[in-house]
Amino acid sequence: MTPFSYRVATSTTEALAAAPDSSERFLGGGTNLVDLLRQNVEQADALVDVSRLPASIDETEDGGLWVGAAVRNTALAADPRIGARYPMLSRALLSGASAQIRNMATVGGNLLQRTRCAYFYDVPGARCNKRVSGAGCDAIGGFTRYHAILGASEQCAATHPSDMCVALMALDTVVHLDDGNEKRRLPLSEFYRLPGNTPHFETELRTGELVTGIQIPSCRAAVNSTYRKVRDRSSYAFALVSVAAAMRVENGVIADIRLALGGVAPRPWRAAKAEAALAGRAPSQEAFRNAADAELADARALGGNAFKIPLARSTIAAVLGELAGDAA
Amino acid sequence: MSKLQNAIVGGVRRVLGQVPAGWLPGGTPDPLIQRRVSLGTQQPRIDGPDKVRGGARFAAEVPMDGLLYTALVHATIARGRIAELDTGAAEAAPGVALVMTHRNAPKLAVPPPIGMTSMKAAGNNILPIMQDPEIRWNGQTVALILAESQEEADHAATLVQVRYETERARTRFEEAKADARTPDSILIEKNRLLKGNAEAALTAAAHRTDAVYRTPWYNHNPIEPHAATVLWKDGRLIVHDATQMLNGTAGSLAKVFGLKDDQVHVSSPFVGGGFGGKALWDHQILAAAAAKLAKRPVRIVLRRSSMYRLIGGRAETEQRVALAADARGKLTALLHHGYSVKPLHSVCDEQYGLTGRSLYACESFDIVQHHLDLDVVANTFMRGPGEAVGTFAIESAIDELAHDIGMDPVALRLRNLPDRDPVSGAPHSQSDPAKAWQMGADQFGWNRWERRSTRREGEWRLGLGCATGTFPYARMPGMSVRITVDDEGRATVASAAHEMGMGTATVQRQHAADRLGLPLERVDVRIGDTSLPFATMAGGSSQTASLGAAITAASSKLAGELVRLAGNDTPLAGLRANDLEFAEGGLRCVGDPSRQESFASILRRAGRRQISVEGESSAPLEMLKFAMHSTSAIFCELRVSEATGEVRVTRLVGAFDCGRILNPKTAASQFRGGMIMGLGMALTEETLLDPRNGRIMSASLTDYHVPVHLDLPEIDVLWTDIPDPRAPMGARGIGEIGITGVAAAVANAVFNATGKRVRDLPITLDKLL
Ligand SMILES: Cc1cc2nc3c(=O)[nH]c(=O)nc-3n(C[C@H](O)[C@H](O)[C@H](O)COP(=O)(O)OP(=O)(O)OC[C@H]3O[C@@H](n4cnc5c(N)ncnc54)[C@H](O)[C@@H]3O)c2cc1C
Repeated sequence: MTPFSYRVATSTTEALAAAPDSSERFLGGGTNLVDLLRQNVEQADALVDVSRLPASIDETEDGGLWVGAAVRNTALAADPRIGARYPMLSRALLSGASAQIRNMATVGGNLLQRTRCAYFYDVPGARCNKRVSGAGCDAIGGFTRYHAILGASEQCAATHPSDMCVALMALDTVVHLDDGNEKRRLPLSEFYRLPGNTPHFETELRTGELVTGIQIPSCRAAVNSTYRKVRDRSSYAFALVSVAAAMRVENGVIADIRLALGGVAPRPWRAAKAEAALAGRAPSQEAFRNAADAELADARALGGNAFKIPLARSTIAAVLGELAGDAA
Repeated sequence: MSKLQNAIVGGVRRVLGQVPAGWLPGGTPDPLIQRRVSLGTQQPRIDGPDKVRGGARFAAEVPMDGLLYTALVHATIARGRIAELDTGAAEAAPGVALVMTHRNAPKLAVPPPIGMTSMKAAGNNILPIMQDPEIRWNGQTVALILAESQEEADHAATLVQVRYETERARTRFEEAKADARTPDSILIEKNRLLKGNAEAALTAAAHRTDAVYRTPWYNHNPIEPHAATVLWKDGRLIVHDATQMLNGTAGSLAKVFGLKDDQVHVSSPFVGGGFGGKALWDHQILAAAAAKLAKRPVRIVLRRSSMYRLIGGRAETEQRVALAADARGKLTALLHHGYSVKPLHSVCDEQYGLTGRSLYACESFDIVQHHLDLDVVANTFMRGPGEAVGTFAIESAIDELAHDIGMDPVALRLRNLPDRDPVSGAPHSQSDPAKAWQMGADQFGWNRWERRSTRREGEWRLGLGCATGTFPYARMPGMSVRITVDDEGRATVASAAHEMGMGTATVQRQHAADRLGLPLERVDVRIGDTSLPFATMAGGSSQTASLGAAITAASSKLAGELVRLAGNDTPLAGLRANDLEFAEGGLRCVGDPSRQESFASILRRAGRRQISVEGESSAPLEMLKFAMHSTSAIFCELRVSEATGEVRVTRLVGAFDCGRILNPKTAASQFRGGMIMGLGMALTEETLLDPRNGRIMSASLTDYHVPVHLDLPEIDVLWTDIPDPRAPMGARGIGEIGITGVAAAVANAVFNATGKRVRDLPITLDKLL
């Protein structure tokens, strides 16, 4: 770890008041960034702690919720409004990491946590295009059990590891950004990039831009929602495949369906094709499987992750079956 | 072991075959088997309060003035040499005191290998350490930084630049088979076992199974990382280490640095888990070498990732097991052939080929194992070496055979229980697996078992499985203790033995109290330091029996010395050691309790404050005369998701036949801990070696999945508690048997639930989709 300076910001203005050409990095709970610095995957010479910025969860006019970036994962999961209106979000949060880590981790940090690809972490044993642009990728051709089957490129097939973000993706969440000059809002679906030829760019975040919070729109379907995470042990492991889904059935047909996948792509993956295949259809195991097939038609395996295609298929079907209940 | 040693061991066995059992040490059962006061009772660990309060000092916590901290730079290629090495930036970094590489490291001899013959050797990875630019495995240390703080050392390590010339490395199990070696012996047994005509029996059999089972490389992950705090003082090397081989480490370091044995002092009062992985590896040697160069004390604490690079694990194996049985399920052939990784610089056999020699009566055997040489860090012993993986193969095969015959797998096992050693014909010292099976089956409710489970709950299919576990008895010669009794009637037992959390001191205190006729509170046990009498390793589940024998030997000496000291002015006058027993804080005449005198009274009359004697564990001849194995019956209940292939173990029962249990509390922890490790082996753990460059890609607890609490079911442990009349205190070792059999029980339950037979561990969900 390189020596770095450290300061605490208590307001957005303070957080953004860095010297013009400073390479200051924001520090949330530090559960990811500190590890990355210690392992020399990332370097920073100045940190500004934004974990003490206002951390409130407020009602929005449209009946949704606004969540400050500094809200801790534990607090978000425990909020009764989240539990009642978006059960899939609290389940996703609680399936991540450990209680201790969730107590530290912030919403902002969770959005921006980096991949768990073992080759990305192995400095200096492995080449990685994410770490050093153009260096090459040792993961492809190596162990790819945790790697992407959707949205990957020849340069990078690392997955986004967050659980929270899968649920947020299904909920059409909007990210609020501020770089001191401009306040922006980006839907989460536009916030994350696919790797293409530039896997070192993971989001649309600009240098020095702060995530101030997220806005979760109201969603009637989400009352009937869940999150299922499939992993290599019962807890404290990253997803091999995860499914966040919400479903509203009216008059025997699917009136609203939200479906997102984790563990299968470089970003939290909104299963738009599956949603399209289901909208207006009567819920049935056959419909669920067809929808999953529609989503996975483009899936490409690297070898070690080939099992994720059938796994994603059957997990999607199981989760949708659970949400449909007697309707299916 | 050489052919010569084979011949000697064989010769001794033949001679002993004609010697009456009573002639042997342990020929008369240990009287403590009948006369237990504290032994057998539940006692909390005496190290517990210190550990809970943070008072127990581990190797990485020993305070020292002027300490330097260490960071390591590991090679990133598997074979070749260092072409360029630039340490300039690291040397110039803040706080750096020294960068040690092959260019400036002191001359170091290769460490002597752990062996059956020298108890002063603890080396695992028998290669030159930082003596040349050669790279022999991916992860080898190429530079060591010493700095004023851990952070400065870590930072400087990132500044070292290395360029390598790469050579083709051997990293693939399959390819290495072409050059497999077939050693003459495995531990002290002949490797090749041919008895009867297995091939003919297999061909003629009414029922037969023949399959290949695979187990991966498993890494050691004790909670305490490998660590040492090292100091040179007046030409002596003082090492605060985390080791399960104190005297072995001291003896090896003496050889490496060209010192006399008494110039090395190793202290290791507490070890945060060993499991076979805490012997001598490169890091202690590197730390001592760096301390010598820097002329300052040095602390080395391996990062978790460095533990994967520098500390070997359980060797990968591939085992073929073929079984033949007649129509009634009587075994007629047991064939067990296999390969395991054992590089030339490695010391430890993965002795799975021994597992099948004691479990079942069988007309014919055909057993042999081969070693594969790869460019990887040396493998080593890991809890239940041999038996942990051997039982996976054999006990899966037994289950396959039972299924084929259409028999209850418990009944098949009971039908084939041997009444003596199936190979040598030696009598058992004590063996009652049938009782263990009965107890376990009752507790578990095995009567629910169906040949193919039909039970399900939603998407979950439920299954039951079982397997046998086994581990041999071992007692080490040369384990010694000193017993000191003082004029207040207190006794202290001292030995350079090891406390890795299993309860060594706790149980030997119980033992000494009963042996010397003292209440527990009047006995102290001191262990964990080479200034104490010489001790053998804590390995092979041998420490309890070995210390037991040493305390027994010392106590008879003590009786002799005390009666001599007592002189004529005592009710004991004229009695010999044989006529005496320890009781009520002193000695008394066997059969005449009126002739008695206390330790305090004897010592005071003689004007002595205290008396000390040493005793030593004798040659373990009982092991040669008798078949001495512990066995267990393991039962597993689990569910497998039809949607995801996830396996959830919901119940585990282990019933153990291990001789007498000395302390139910510490014993239950050993069994349960072993079974939990077995679950990791069965379901989640696996070291990932990237064959392209020999790099371990699972070098963290994120990527190497040990079980978490949520993976653990209810675990019941039971024991037969039948004393072994040939073992001190009637007890065989129990540290390792817990892990054995578990992986097979899990695999068999998975088969019962799903009809899928998984023959390669770990049973991850992709194998069940
Ligand atoms: C052992 C372990 C297991 C884990 N398991 C899981 C799991 O199963 N599922 C899962 O989803 N996650 C898991 N995690 C990851 C965990 O969720 C993340 O580490 C955590 O959410 C990151 O939040 P943080 O506040 O600590 O971020 P930090 O580490 O502080 O920061 C992460 C990144 O976000 C940036 N950042 C932080 N706040 C802001 C802001 N307001 N604006 C702009 N940039 C910002 C930082 O600069 C940094 O780049 C695990 C982590 C660990 C260590």
